[in-house]
Amino acid sequence: MAHIQLPEGLHGIRSAMAFRPETAKPLNELVEILLHGPNSLTPGERELIATYVSSENDCYYCQTIHGAIAAASLNDNEALVKKVKYDFQSAEISDKLKALLVIAGKVQKGGKHVTSEDVARARESGATDLEIHDTVLIAAAFCMYNRYVDGLATTQPRDEAMYRERGKRVARDGYVSVSKEYLPAEVAR
Amino acid sequence: MPHINLPEGLPGITSGFAFRPETAKPMRELAHLLLHGPNTLSPAERELIATYVSSQNDCYFCQTSHGAAAAAHLGTNSGIVEQVKHDFLQAQISDKLKALLAIAGQVQQGGKQVTAEAVEAARELGATDLEIHDTVLIAAAFSMYNRYVDGLATWQPQDSSMYASMGEHLAVYGYLTPSVTPSVTPKIGN
Repeated sequence: MAHIQLPEGLHGIRSAMAFRPETAKPLNELVEILLHGPNSLTPGERELIATYVSSENDCYYCQTIHGAIAAASLNDNEALVKKVKYDFQSAEISDKLKALLVIAGKVQKGGKHVTSEDVARARESGATDLEIHDTVLIAAAFCMYNRYVDGLATTQPRDEAMYRERGKRVARDGYVSVSKEYLPAEVAR
Repeated sequence: MPHINLPEGLPGITSGFAFRPETAKPMRELAHLLLHGPNTLSPAERELIATYVSSQNDCYFCQTSHGAAAAAHLGTNSGIVEQVKHDFLQAQISDKLKALLAIAGQVQQGGKQVTAEAVEAARELGATDLEIHDTVLIAAAFSMYNRYVDGLATWQPQDSSMYASMGEHLAVYGYLTPSVTPSVTPKIGN
């Protein structure tokens, strides 16, 4: 049971966002820019960073929905998503993404854990300042979203088919557009 | 030195905001709603929650700037800020705020650390569901802001007059617009 009275029939972050649509708006706009907006990192790469951080934070809802969005962005390669969660160093991803995941993992532990060596390694693998910035902010933002979802003890159904179906829609339409499904019309423009 | 080429002369989060204005916009709006918007928790109470979480996360810039904003709201009672950072159970604040700070401290450790007992204790002292929600989200949001500021190794000057003036500005105007003017002309690197 959730710690507060959240709207029934909604799960995870959706229930919290519907409870407080005012804060839902910037929360959705931030994730839209970070994961779905134009970027030199692909949506698949950015969703993998979000999934990895959510997995390290042990947030079932976030790691499952972002894992599903990542898979939908990566030709339905669910095996790759699982590999990144459990052992990204041996996953079939670029050295640049591995170096960015190292930085994301440090941010998850705490901002001060990021070392100049970590950043230098990412840069040597071709990461730009903007990509490093966005990796730090994606990891930081998921330390917020994960805490929000688990800190309210939202309901998080164990229903992989639901996440898979929803992941495809978010990968295609983005976060702000899909938020119209559960937010009042005046907020979800 | 910051990990990436941030605009010079801007402290803490303001350099990250100037580097990436697209993400700055919703981050500013979120802070403004949570800390400065209409709420049954006073702005001072909400700034104290933000300051406490930033202190637990050991983020110098955030705990000092939000501590200054809390102090500006508290006026002659500004000594409460240091009390809350060091031992909030002994601070001169309401029992309800103590119960909310306990929840915020649990969120800082991790979302699953929040217990039904902590929530029940807050509710018995008069906290509403919305106040509990906002406490959880403030603590979660500062788990983001703190990591953003330290994860980029931003410039965080030890300059008490700068933070005091930031705090006054934040207390009056909130978070939608910059609270500091750069000490040198900012320039975006390549």
